[in-house]
Amino acid sequence: MQALALTCYTTVNALGRGLAPTLAALREGRSGLRPCDLMDAALTTWIGRVEGVEDEPVIARLSEYDCRNNRLAMLGLAADGFAAAVAKARERYGAHRVAVIIGTSTSGILSTELAYRQRDAAGKLPPDFHYRTTHENYSVTDFVCHYLGLQGLAFTISTACSSSAKVFASASRLIACGLCDAAVVGGVDSLCFTTLYGFSSLEIVSTSPCRPADAGRNGISIGEAAGFALLEKTDGRAGDICLLGYGESSDAYHMSTPHPEGAGARLAMARALERGGLSAADIDYINLHGTATRANDAAENLAVAALFGNRVACSSTKGWTGHTLGAAGITEAVIAALAIREGLLPMSLNTVTVDPEFTMKVLLANRNQPVRRVLSNSFGFGGSNASLILGAAR
Amino acid sequence: MNVYLKGIAACSAGFENWETLRNHLAMSAPLQADFEPKPQGALLPAVERRRASATVRLAVDVAQAALQRSGLSAQDVALVFASSNGDTNTINNICLALATPERFVSPTNFHNSVHNAAAGYWSIGAASMQPSTCLCAWDYSVAAGLMEAAAQCTIEGLPVLLAVFDTPVPEPLHQAMPANHAFGMALVLAKEPQGSFAQLSLALENTDAANTTRMDSSENLEKLRLDSPAARSLPLLAALATGKPAEITLDCASGLKLKVGVVCAGYPF
Repeated sequence: MQALALTCYTTVNALGRGLAPTLAALREGRSGLRPCDLMDAALTTWIGRVEGVEDEPVIARLSEYDCRNNRLAMLGLAADGFAAAVAKARERYGAHRVAVIIGTSTSGILSTELAYRQRDAAGKLPPDFHYRTTHENYSVTDFVCHYLGLQGLAFTISTACSSSAKVFASASRLIACGLCDAAVVGGVDSLCFTTLYGFSSLEIVSTSPCRPADAGRNGISIGEAAGFALLEKTDGRAGDICLLGYGESSDAYHMSTPHPEGAGARLAMARALERGGLSAADIDYINLHGTATRANDAAENLAVAALFGNRVACSSTKGWTGHTLGAAGITEAVIAALAIREGLLPMSLNTVTVDPEFTMKVLLANRNQPVRRVLSNSFGFGGSNASLILGAAR
Repeated sequence: MNVYLKGIAACSAGFENWETLRNHLAMSAPLQADFEPKPQGALLPAVERRRASATVRLAVDVAQAALQRSGLSAQDVALVFASSNGDTNTINNICLALATPERFVSPTNFHNSVHNAAAGYWSIGAASMQPSTCLCAWDYSVAAGLMEAAAQCTIEGLPVLLAVFDTPVPEPLHQAMPANHAFGMALVLAKEPQGSFAQLSLALENTDAANTTRMDSSENLEKLRLDSPAARSLPLLAALATGKPAEITLDCASGLKLKVGVVCAGYPF
């Protein structure tokens, strides 16, 4: 595939708003997780909440889109000069030649959850509830289009926790087909009762900060995040960080449990290598899906070990941000880009004793070294797998 | 961008399958009065079929019917599922539960709530590890699904099974999204013309001026077209049914239209 440069990228997550606070927290080993304090949620768990989302409504001209998810999206668009970079791309290519593909799992469902609490005696939802522009999965993508003034091909990808990794694959294909010249890709998922209580009922939520790959790991910590990248064709400028490969697969095994040998995960990683014309030896670091459930980490270890043995440094960064679900793909792609830019391999935060059954090499301390290429894994419910390879321009 | 069709299926109020709709559109044969889809999810193992919602079963049924017609096997195709509304019955169940003091979300409702539930069930039932992409774009979902599917089969060199579906929305969400009928359609798209029955030429047009194609031939089908985002595919199905060269216009994004040129190779199919 033709490499595409991430000419601008950003993340807003529990570590802060933008690349600088995210990088500072990664360097300092400081987690963004806190005991659950989302509204009146009564659960003993830790969450990666973005501070201040509650207090900042979306801009007035888009007020019908106002909800936690679109607020989070707006914080992301305002960070790291992202909106300004897109404005330049819009001038360069034309508003209709820049596609917008955003991943989300639950979109603004929190608004619907709260509206159901306010049903009247006849069971009707309150009049100020805007389902289409808040909860419906396309609302976040439409919000991003309007906020950035873009009129290109636009859609939401919603494949649970692989959503905002798969946006890179779709954008790459649209650009390769000439259907657009550039693409805004990203992911936005916000805290809500559906995921907090839903994952709790599956008994895969940890009561303490999540511990990916640890022998004593006992479940996920749920987070929220918004992240975006502007993808453009590159002439190979030094310093460009590029999408070099992607791989997608399905587990065909179970709706909410990964294939025990990680067969789907392995296929996604192998396809990403193949598409990038790369071999396992070309990868310097793997950002694991690493949710810290017993099943995910065990299956991912087998898949990684089958392709990479114990040669490549691996970590999950969910101990920092929590599992941001539909935004996990973009959050970790941005962390991968930071790893390359800064020469920093982040450790598996909160992991004390690596599961003795594991073969893959889990980083228990940050490491500073040149990083050329990173593979990032995102696996979701329904057995939806995506792996991305990011790297310096060749 | 040109792609070729190898399979087709459709099911909604008034027609159980593609043949019924085609014969109605091409030869004015009657539709099935009072018929509403009762999707079975026949592809799924019994245990999964019991867990699967009506939305999932509709998607799986139309996908299977289109695949059968193509003669391809499930392992030979990638999947694109487009649904604007998703599974609002499951969302309704969860939001009702979360409004009670117990806030108990059933595990089955929770795993059915993901927008890619149908694709997950399909991959299990069909034992296919091929990629699946699940997307939505309001009333643009048909156009978005076509573009994603066409780009996939062009770039990846693998035929793509595209299913577009929406189901009736229950109260109280119905107030906000008043869809009354299940609508499902599926196509198998390929990069090469061999064994295909029609060619689609897809082109984006940067305009608000072009008129969206309606179902001018039938007041009832025009009503159905407007009932759900998936039903916006009816003009495309109509063009394929008549077998004559046609160009239709689908809404694609604000300020963007998708022109679809249809040329049928063999008829009837």
